[in-house]
Amino acid sequence: MLSPTALPSPSSCLVSPRPSSTSPARQTALVSTAITLDDIQHRYGNTVAVESVSLTIAAGELVALLGPSGCGKTTLLRIVAGLMRQSEGTVRIGDDIVDALPTNERGAGIVFQNYALFPHMTVADNVAYGLRARGVDRRRAHDRAAEMLAMVRMANFGARYPRELSGGQQQRVALARTLAVQPRVLLLDEPFAALDKNLRLDMQIEIRRIQRELGITTILVTHDQEEAMSMADRIAVMHAGRVEQFDTPETIYDRPASLFVATFIGTANLLPGRLRVADDPRFAVACDDGGELLLPTATPCSRPGQVMLAARPEHLTLVPEAAASASGSDTATSTASSLSATVEMVLPLGPSLVYELRTGGGTTVKVTQPRTDQGIRFNAGDRVRVALRPGAPASVFAHG
Amino acid sequence: MAAANPRLTPPLALGLPLGVFFVVFVFAPLALLLWVSLHEDPTLTRFGFGQYVKFLGDGFNLSVLGGTLWLGLRVTLLALVIGFPLAWLYTRAAPRWQGLLLVMIVLPLLTSAVVRTFAWVVILGRQGIINNALLDLGLISEPLRLLYTPGAVVVALAQIELPLMVLPLITALANIDPNLRQASLALGAGHWRTFLRVTLPLAVPGLLAGCLLVFASSVAAFVTQTLVGGGQQMFMPFYMYQQAVQANNYPFAAAIAILLLICVLAVVVLVNSLGRLSKGFVHA
Repeated sequence: MLSPTALPSPSSCLVSPRPSSTSPARQTALVSTAITLDDIQHRYGNTVAVESVSLTIAAGELVALLGPSGCGKTTLLRIVAGLMRQSEGTVRIGDDIVDALPTNERGAGIVFQNYALFPHMTVADNVAYGLRARGVDRRRAHDRAAEMLAMVRMANFGARYPRELSGGQQQRVALARTLAVQPRVLLLDEPFAALDKNLRLDMQIEIRRIQRELGITTILVTHDQEEAMSMADRIAVMHAGRVEQFDTPETIYDRPASLFVATFIGTANLLPGRLRVADDPRFAVACDDGGELLLPTATPCSRPGQVMLAARPEHLTLVPEAAASASGSDTATSTASSLSATVEMVLPLGPSLVYELRTGGGTTVKVTQPRTDQGIRFNAGDRVRVALRPGAPASVFAHG
Repeated sequence: MAAANPRLTPPLALGLPLGVFFVVFVFAPLALLLWVSLHEDPTLTRFGFGQYVKFLGDGFNLSVLGGTLWLGLRVTLLALVIGFPLAWLYTRAAPRWQGLLLVMIVLPLLTSAVVRTFAWVVILGRQGIINNALLDLGLISEPLRLLYTPGAVVVALAQIELPLMVLPLITALANIDPNLRQASLALGAGHWRTFLRVTLPLAVPGLLAGCLLVFASSVAAFVTQTLVGGGQQMFMPFYMYQQAVQANNYPFAAAIAILLLICVLAVVVLVNSLGRLSKGFVHA
């Protein structure tokens, strides 16, 4: 394995994606470049694919564009790569506005979902292709290709043809080919979609490692939230051509900015109800299914009225129905601050138990309890009351 | 008989009618042709290789063979030069234009070779469209001799055989993953480099198939060679016709046919082995 500083060898100070930057290769690889998207819009005929997207991606950052298919994430990536010209807006790579530059002059390296390795060339020729295109002589291009293949742990595969490689190996080669020309930014288009689950995790770690080593600004397009959560510094959650939220994975999970984000990322129990301001805790949601849930904060919507409460399974806790009603006035508040439901299914998932409940109104609710919890274990058919854990950051969205 | 054989698996049984057809209407006539060519005299009484010796020992005969193969080569190259951009245009065109383009490309196949040949006679003749246009424009003072020239035969044949070149090329080009072009561009290669290093090598299978089809049909295009060429230059198909029908020398005509067949087969084998050497062919 090559250390990050040794990676672009001094002998290869030949490939600058732009004629302007003639700095040694070492610098090109380690001084990374920010990407700024300013009010990007794209229409296919009358269909709007991307609607007013502005993102600022810091140098060296890995940002995931996450969303369901058709949300415009791939279109956005292709616009950055220059494979497509946006209808409106500006793309900046570093300090340069690149809108007028064709793909081959943008310095954006892209790895395609199907890797797009040239089938008629050996692995070594594939990796050397970009260097040869920049006028690097054959010997040096192949030396450099060998270094890149070593970096992705494919050193012994140079003489093979792409069709003789497995999916994961092809992906490593595609990555080496893209990085060989020292692009200013790296664009990954659903790079793991074609890999099986175990290999996918290995490659995610591998790509993250290489990305960190090179410090290269990277945009990852994916529809897989786990992939986005585990790899990205920040995630832009896209829906219907818009960025719904652009933040760190933790923030997006804990404080989703919209109902779409709440349901798209992780699991959320959606409980319609009316929000009112209470004393302590400060807010209460009177559920349409009966019962009331109390919460300390109401974000992002704190305006009283019809709302949708989104609570993650681990935000909720269970109390036996009998205990709640039997102990009289003492538990009046817990009765008031809970929702009655019936246990339908209990799934023991290693460290936790997942309860699937049905409320009186017919809504399905999932609750996760740690198995080590002191609490009682419930069985299918038990009547229970569901309450929010104290301090749980459930979200409230204006609704209807 | 064979259909009742239980050991015949369905695919073989289904292929049987075609097999029988081939034996009766292709291999049997070929065998007959070969048998006829192996006679020393037109009355088919003495066996011998005399016809082949006679053909190969005569400079005129060899020049007819050479001229025919040379014609095939020129037609193939011209069809390739015209056909490749056309196929490329087709694959890059918007879907609604593709339909129109395809009709235009296939249309020549839907009209008879005789009709297409006469169209060329009308275009190239002394009072043809081109000469009249040039005369009207005052660019020439008397009609040019266009018809009955070797060039006319090449141009007319290239146009007539064009679909055979374009259709395999379209198939090959359309099968190339568009991401490969984009990957090449993203790696910093320009459009020309992308074309020469990625698109062209991957189109080789279609290109070779198109060339073979055009070559094989143009060396045997009796009607066009004869009508547009006007007998100014002798080609193998007309030579064959002349020897068989006019001179009544069937063994010699058969020997000409067999030799032309061998030459075309040799070209096919040569081109196929070239294709096997090219890596793009291996992939596809």
